Amino acid sequence: MEKTYYNTADLRKFGKVTEWQEEVGNKFFDWYGEVFKDGHLTAKEKSLIALAVSHAVQCPYCIDAYTEESIKKGFSEGAMMEAVHVAAAIRGGASLVHGVQMMNKAKKLNV
Amino acid sequence: MTKSLSALDSPLANTQRQLQILNSEPFVGGELENFEQKLSKSNQFPLKPNALEVFQMNLGYMCNQTCNHCHVDAGPDRKEIMSKENMEICLDIIRKNKIKSVDLTGGAPEMNPHFNWFVSELGTLGIEIIVRSNLTIIEANKKYNKLPDFFKENKVRVISSLPFFSSARTDKQRGEGVFNKSISALKKLNAVGFGMPNSGLVLDLVYNPVGPFLPDDQALLEKEYKRELKQNFNIEFNSLFTITNLPISRFLDYLIASDNYEDYMYKLVDAFNPSAVDGLMCKNTLSVDWLGNIYDCDFNQMLQLKVANGSNHISKFNIIELEERNIVTNQHCFGCTAGAGSSCQGTTI
Repeated sequence: MEKTYYNTADLRKFGKVTEWQEEVGNKFFDWYGEVFKDGHLTAKEKSLIALAVSHAVQCPYCIDAYTEESIKKGFSEGAMMEAVHVAAAIRGGASLVHGVQMMNKAKKLNV
Repeated sequence: MTKSLSALDSPLANTQRQLQILNSEPFVGGELENFEQKLSKSNQFPLKPNALEVFQMNLGYMCNQTCNHCHVDAGPDRKEIMSKENMEICLDIIRKNKIKSVDLTGGAPEMNPHFNWFVSELGTLGIEIIVRSNLTIIEANKKYNKLPDFFKENKVRVISSLPFFSSARTDKQRGEGVFNKSISALKKLNAVGFGMPNSGLVLDLVYNPVGPFLPDDQALLEKEYKRELKQNFNIEFNSLFTITNLPISRFLDYLIASDNYEDYMYKLVDAFNPSAVDGLMCKNTLSVDWLGNIYDCDFNQMLQLKVANGSNHISKFNIIELEERNIVTNQHCFGCTAGAGSSCQGTTI
């Protein structure tokens, strides 16, 4: 099998990160669990947000986890792809909005 | 239409091969604890039955559908059908042992030529009669069109699979056009009163995941199903049962072919919930196959794991012996103890 930095089997070992730093590790997982509970937003809505954010931060583990979670929670493939486009649009927009900075600087340099 | 593993002569049509896979990696070498070890840790091994409540009969493996997750490997090419003689013996057992609930499954149980006779006989006993109907059978052929009325006459409780409230997900699992036919059948069941408030006629639906993951929260899904089916199709039903796919037969074949097997087994084992054990269906149910053999559950039937004592055929049925047995378990049982648990009646906790 080809060796890569990412190993899909590592996702299920995520919980083991507490082994080397139990206290803060457990605090993270407790907090994580709280975050995804129903609140002002439903757990279902949160799973789709997490899917979009997973793409924005380009985390392969998160993409695997929240693709499954989104299907499990009943989102259609179309809805999931729209969420990915939202992430992509924000990332694209984040680059493009710096074009204003470039324009400002260019204008300032123009004698 | 897809063929059964049996018709395709697949190695997985052999139950010994399935058991071999279930007892290989990742369970060998101590990487994952096996089911017996997990039960032992919570002092629940050996698993013992409670009083018998549900007598589940598989009337045959013939079906008008070939669903790609089917644990029975049912389909139109399966010819195994329970004989009237065996049904008569079962009837006698049900009467003599005062069984409270008879659960008829298949295949499509309605395709057994003695189905109507048998249900009518059960109807005279004043017990609960459950028919696990795949819905599309009602639409399959003229002779099945009157099933809703027949179910009503015999006060049958209908439990039907509808993997999702959208056609894309349902058809992917159960075949092209199944969703629309199911919706049409559900409307016919509603029209005679099934699932309608105050009718006394019960219509329950079954959800099972379309892929290698556990079902979401049963109550939440039921709410969504009720909303979507009412809004889009004006359909009503009583309860939704979530059932986890067990890693056997066609679902096992899918898991292996899609390279999901190991991940799925980790998922099931990691989600082992000792408090889901008490409500397992094998504790209050017996499953009978078309030949009259007796099993602890329908899944054990499909792996040909008969009950572990002498009373393993309807001709030798002995309730006292059966209630003293140890339930036969293997790694597939992790499917019933994961998360909120899984049984023919949904979650177990």
